Amino acid sequence: MNIHEYQAKEILRDHGIPVPPGEVATTAAEAGKIAERYGGAVVVKAQVHTGGRGKAGGVKLAKSAGEARDHAERILGMQIKDLTVEKVLVTPAEDIDSEAYVGIIVDRASKKPVFMVSREGGVDIEEVAETNPDAIRRLAVDPRYGLLPHQAYSLAAALYDDPKQQRAAAKIMSQLYEAFVDAGASLAEINPLITTEAGEVKAIDAKINIDENELFRKPEIAELRDDSSEAPSEVSAREAGLTFIKLDGNVGCCVNGAGLAMATMDLVKFYGGEPANFLDIGGSSNPEKVVNAFRIITADPNVKVILFNIFGGITRCDDVANGIVTATGQIDVGVPIVIRLTGTNDKKAIAILEEAGFSAMTDMDKAVQRAVSLAKGEAQ
Amino acid sequence: MSIFIDESTRLVVQGITGRDGSFHTRQMVEYGTQVVAGVTPGKGGQEFEGIPIFDTVQQAADATGANTSVIYVPPAFAADAIFEAADAGIGFIACITEGVPVLDMMKVRPYVTEQGSRLLGPNCPGLISPGKSKVGIIPGNITEAGPVGLVSRSGTLTYEVVYKLKGDGIGTTTCVGIGGDPINGTSFIDCLAAFEADPETKAVVVIGEIGGTDEQDAAAYVRENLSKPVVGFIAGQTAPPGRRMGHAGAIISGSAGTAEEKIQAFRDAGISVAKRPADVVGLIRDAL
Repeated sequence: MNIHEYQAKEILRDHGIPVPPGEVATTAAEAGKIAERYGGAVVVKAQVHTGGRGKAGGVKLAKSAGEARDHAERILGMQIKDLTVEKVLVTPAEDIDSEAYVGIIVDRASKKPVFMVSREGGVDIEEVAETNPDAIRRLAVDPRYGLLPHQAYSLAAALYDDPKQQRAAAKIMSQLYEAFVDAGASLAEINPLITTEAGEVKAIDAKINIDENELFRKPEIAELRDDSSEAPSEVSAREAGLTFIKLDGNVGCCVNGAGLAMATMDLVKFYGGEPANFLDIGGSSNPEKVVNAFRIITADPNVKVILFNIFGGITRCDDVANGIVTATGQIDVGVPIVIRLTGTNDKKAIAILEEAGFSAMTDMDKAVQRAVSLAKGEAQ
Repeated sequence: MSIFIDESTRLVVQGITGRDGSFHTRQMVEYGTQVVAGVTPGKGGQEFEGIPIFDTVQQAADATGANTSVIYVPPAFAADAIFEAADAGIGFIACITEGVPVLDMMKVRPYVTEQGSRLLGPNCPGLISPGKSKVGIIPGNITEAGPVGLVSRSGTLTYEVVYKLKGDGIGTTTCVGIGGDPINGTSFIDCLAAFEADPETKAVVVIGEIGGTDEQDAAAYVRENLSKPVVGFIAGQTAPPGRRMGHAGAIISGSAGTAEEKIQAFRDAGISVAKRPADVVGLIRDAL
């Protein structure tokens, strides 16, 4: 789960990390009022779940409250990588002397949280990794012991030469690690971590991604989810217990299991078609899920055909068949449906479908080929 | 022969009285797995369809000689269930539970290794050695015994491939689902090493997906260590980039984890790569 910069900063503040104040506005007038209250120069920052906000013109320096209002006017409603900006963060501008990068991620290879720090902050860390990989220092933490004080200090010393700044940064490293664990994060980044002209060390931008599997035990973190920042179809899919990603094609796919769902999309492409979505109905086969899957897929006007590819294991094919019959009774699907079912209770499922006037196939390749030719208008 | 489980497997089911645990216990018993015990705290002394239930894994192991465990408990209790099995000296632990927090797994994994146990999963379908034993949720009737070792990160896609193989009369020694979570107990490499050492396994199928670098690591291992032919498939060739892993993760691993990259790594290691799941059958037939 992604959260906004202002939410990530709140988590860092709660853990004692020095973060300049900031307030969120949803209208230009509000943004102007916040800027007025701070006095002096402020930065107006688009709050969307994507990187590259600066390059897209979503981050602007304003020297006055009037200018802040004008910037907010332009930024609110702006599209950044298909996402509409609904909120801006207004925060006092800082005198920046140096910019560093600090991040922690869950690393699959070492199977540990890994710190990455670099003196080259304020730019994409991906860029630094490509152009100057030696400028990034990495450190794997044993999660059973946490970040040890000497490790925190060595990371800080990789960033700063001044003993006071090293001490301040070492404290921030430990606090960031605590925040990472407490939030159930898979990534926590401060970019940039700045030093001011007065020599203070501060976090002026932050990004935290949350491990979805943590949400059941962290209700206060789960509340940070912003539905308006996701595609509506993906929100309703999540609420229905489905995993859905919208794509640009016209073959609607409904599959059980992520691996098989991806392989189905690949096969659609292999036979010359374009998948309209990734949709995994998961392990349980409650007919209600199938009904919801239909609603979500048919909401996409591009969809010309719906392809079911079910390999029954925990998922019982007869449950899926019942779901299809129920859904087509409730919703006007309006496009042809191609059904492939194999595995647990498949014979029962085929009987249910045939009674309702559907035909079902048992071979994945043949079903995909049929769906593709229907989508292209080649078959009836 | 087979890897990890066989006729000598004596299984304890953690969470035997739960919805999934009870359903799959029946399936495993029906398949012929020796399910010797169940564990549900507070229900010690009761029975589940003739299988004795214990309060703790230690009691179950002491009383029944269980050497393998399968875990069906909810995500909130999964990490502790794995710790408990390892503490009880269970040598092979399969965790089926989906949704275990990654931070939990980062603590569990080194602990299990230090105790000398092997963990499979979490978020995996388990494994099956056809005709001998099945541990987990892989349907028994889609497999048959034969010369192919199969290891996969996926669940239903594995079923698809193993079913196609069976349709062509090709069986498996063991079919292992290692699970798709970022941090899991048993890797492709662990399974490849076990298949290489198993005299009855004549060829190996590796089914991977986008994300991470496990497939690249597996390819490097195959090149250096495997004398047996390997056939591979990678799911997610058409998946939109950036939806499954962040770029920071890609930096650390030195890779974006795309399908193309993995397919290339497979080819470079001499692995025959199937374009479609169905093509695995022909490639395996050629290899045998």
